Amino acid sequence: MKEEKLQVFLEGVQKYFHQVMDPEELVVGTPYLVENTVPSAKDFTGVIAISGKNKGIVYFTAPKELLERLLILMGEREITESFMIDLVGEVANTIAGNARSEFGEEFEISVPIVLRGAPDEILLPRKDRSFVIPINWKNRSAAIVISLRKP
Amino acid sequence: MARKLMIVDDSNVIRNRITRGSTRMDFEVVATATNGLEAVELYKQHRPDVVTMDLTMPKMDGLECIYELTNLDESANILVISALSDKATGIKALQLGARGFICKPFTDEDLFEALDEMLEGN
Repeated sequence: MKEEKLQVFLEGVQKYFHQVMDPEELVVGTPYLVENTVPSAKDFTGVIAISGKNKGIVYFTAPKELLERLLILMGEREITESFMIDLVGEVANTIAGNARSEFGEEFEISVPIVLRGAPDEILLPRKDRSFVIPINWKNRSAAIVISLRKP
Repeated sequence: MARKLMIVDDSNVIRNRITRGSTRMDFEVVATATNGLEAVELYKQHRPDVVTMDLTMPKMDGLECIYELTNLDESANILVISALSDKATGIKALQLGARGFICKPFTDEDLFEALDEMLEGN
């Protein structure tokens, strides 16, 4: 995947978080590549399967504390695990959906699948590598991970 | 009199956000649906004045649901609220009968403006 395409996801992350928090509080780190044998994961992971012209997955992974804080900032009163699961899926859906502004409608996205911890080899082909976009907010780290095969 | 609103979205967080935002605009949320199939049934029961519609949903997606709802009621007021930000999808939704489109992530102001425009169009 080319750098300019990665930029679309990076902007998507910023757009999502800037909606609810002070932009200066969010640090989006430099993207890096990882082997899929060691997937990056926090407490909850929202996975979007990509089909059509591109194939693979995009996921958002975040610790419980970050999701709790996001729910509060969004005005949600129910800060339960089921709402955190819902939110992590919604963030993944939004970032993947926004990427269609660059990739077009052939970039087909699934409804979110939410996991505790990391996606395993069923979702993440071991022989491939993924791009990780790290996010840091008040010492809480999350990430967007993009694992797409070349069309 | 408050206008009747139906919210269609598979996310609890989003349904709650739209509910909180819309009640500040003199809307009464008469139904919420988590997919297109539920939405069609609830539309028949409640006949809402405005429907907010997600696109990526299980069982029946938003585009198919717009088609079904506008077949049922050609004057249905459907506002799409979706993360799918490509032009082709927006155009498809409007061709199927949606009357407005806002992209996720959205602010309360985006929602107010869009709902306001829907009402002005009536």
